[in-house]
Amino acid sequence: MDSEWVIDAQGLEKSYGSGASRFDALKGVSVQIAPGETVAIVGKSGSGKSTLMHLLALLDAPDKGTLQVAGNDAKSLSKRAVNELRNKEFGFVFQQFFLTPNVSVLENVILPLKIAGLGGKERRRRGMEVLEQLELADKAGNKATTLSGGQKQRVVIGRALVNSPRVIFADEPTGNLDTATGAVVEDILFELNRSQGINLVIVTHDEELAARCDRQIYIRDGLIVSRTAGTHKTGAHAAEAAIPASSTDTLTVAGGAA
Amino acid sequence: MRTKDLVATAISNTFRSKLRTTLTVLAIFVGAFTLTLTNAVGAGVSQYVDAQVGALGSPDVFIITQASDQTTAGDGPVKYDPSSSASVSSQQGPPGTTTKALTATDLTKIGDTTGIVSVDPIRSVQTDYIEYDSGTQYEFSINPTSAVTTADLTAGAQLDSSASDAQLVLPDTFVSPLGFTSAADAVGASVSIGITDILGAKHTVDATVVGVSLESLLASGAGANDTLIAALADAQSGGIETAVTSYGVAVAQFDAALSPDGVTALKSDLATQGYSARTIEDQLGAVQTVINGIVGVLNAFAVIALIAAAFGIINTLLMSVQERTREIGLMKAMGMSGGKVYTLFSLEAIVIGFLGSAIGAGVAIGLGTALSAVLSQGFLSGLPGLNILLFEPTSVAFVIGLVMLIAFLSGTLPAQRAAKQNPIESLRYE
Repeated sequence: MDSEWVIDAQGLEKSYGSGASRFDALKGVSVQIAPGETVAIVGKSGSGKSTLMHLLALLDAPDKGTLQVAGNDAKSLSKRAVNELRNKEFGFVFQQFFLTPNVSVLENVILPLKIAGLGGKERRRRGMEVLEQLELADKAGNKATTLSGGQKQRVVIGRALVNSPRVIFADEPTGNLDTATGAVVEDILFELNRSQGINLVIVTHDEELAARCDRQIYIRDGLIVSRTAGTHKTGAHAAEAAIPASSTDTLTVAGGAA
Repeated sequence: MRTKDLVATAISNTFRSKLRTTLTVLAIFVGAFTLTLTNAVGAGVSQYVDAQVGALGSPDVFIITQASDQTTAGDGPVKYDPSSSASVSSQQGPPGTTTKALTATDLTKIGDTTGIVSVDPIRSVQTDYIEYDSGTQYEFSINPTSAVTTADLTAGAQLDSSASDAQLVLPDTFVSPLGFTSAADAVGASVSIGITDILGAKHTVDATVVGVSLESLLASGAGANDTLIAALADAQSGGIETAVTSYGVAVAQFDAALSPDGVTALKSDLATQGYSARTIEDQLGAVQTVINGIVGVLNAFAVIALIAAAFGIINTLLMSVQERTREIGLMKAMGMSGGKVYTLFSLEAIVIGFLGSAIGAGVAIGLGTALSAVLSQGFLSGLPGLNILLFEPTSVAFVIGLVMLIAFLSGTLPAQRAAKQNPIESLRYE
């Protein structure tokens, strides 16, 4: 890790439209995410939580504020570098599955590798590895449309995971699932965090899911209303992630300011 | 994304909405099919005309006659001049037309003109019959210009004008009546040609068949080399030296290296001397212009069909972009560049174009070849050697290439739209 923070965002502002129809989605938000951390961004719909996630994931550029990803200033990165960063370092899980129908499960999972330009054999190997990990190896050849909701979301997680990303962004990952299946998907995500140290940034309005994260950031009307300090559930993980105590303090201070 | 993967993805995407792709491909099919056929007709007819031109003469010869001596009403009768007033019947113009004959002085004058390499009078011989191996005798005529022409051969070789033996190129209609089993069988055989001299005595002249030719639309009769013509002419004159002193037509060979402008200059040079000189191209130019015009109009219709099909491609791809908005958004979120998205959709357009044109050209070749075979046996059997639909690989490849280019251009707008999509808005799109 070449930086203290995986993501370091300061004073992010973002608004849509102009004139009377202008809508300020974010009005100055600062977020820092430490390596190995799981963070929940909690808020009602329209609170700006999705916008925040999009900015953090470099899917959109902020109007004001600075954003550093793994020590790189996002603004200074070329379009190509941003694409590569998203492709290699980030994984995405959305509320909707966005699986390509009529294409096999394996093909869906290896899409990021295809975009990265990996060879066919390597793609297959890594795709199968991920599917095995998610206990979907027997479904590799099936069409994505034939799967159940829980299986589909597991395929989506597989797709987010196949590039061995540093951060997985999940936007309402269980929003489309019933409680039991949702719990399974949650377990998979947190297990990935624990075993591989992958950061999770979860956007949700589900308090229970948010509570499972190390840290919660509550957002309302484009501002952070409160945030909790990192309380790692597993001591082993806290040690492994090695977050300096002072950093956590900084976070608290920043939260107070916002 | 690798180019190979882009192409593979584009192909598989094309088949995702089968009905829509099929309908679009069908529209292109119609255009490509028509264009392939019209091109084939053009090529087939031009090839036939070229063969006919070859039958009429080499590209570097003039057919020379005296300039027309038609008397205009009001000028009164033309005074008789023994040195130039001989008239011969002419094949040019309406039946009964006569042209002033070319005399030996005329030939020298023409031969002395700069640019003319050689000039030979066309001696017409009226043969009576041909027979082989004392079999049945058949009426027979010899094309007087055959010594300078290139026959459309089915077997054997062209005439050798410098050969000392009498050579004959036999029209293929004579092959089986004379008792030969095939065209190749006739080559090398010795036949007898019957001729009556001016005094009424009958003679026979022997000649060797060196080739068998298809009957030509524009030049009829058998071909004979200079030696055979001379032998026949001698027989016809009945030993009277002065029998032939004037000729209707002469064939002048000009410098083959002459530019088209040089040829035109030479023509006007000869015209000022009172001779009409025409190349084979002049004689067939009008025919070819008409054929090219017709093929051009047919091609224009095919292109109109293709333009209509192009809108089909635009429509199909726009719908596809709309339908796949979220997929595009996802790919962009995963780091696919706008350029690659553009390439992907352009490739899909090209794949559709290729499918339509390849199937269209393939079906056109299949149907056209069958149709061509049927027509040459039936409706067009009077024109031997005419292959009405000639599919040239280059022109077929050109049609496929052209359609793919049109498809690519049609794909530009939808592909641009896809490339410009904002990933977030695309993902939010319901």
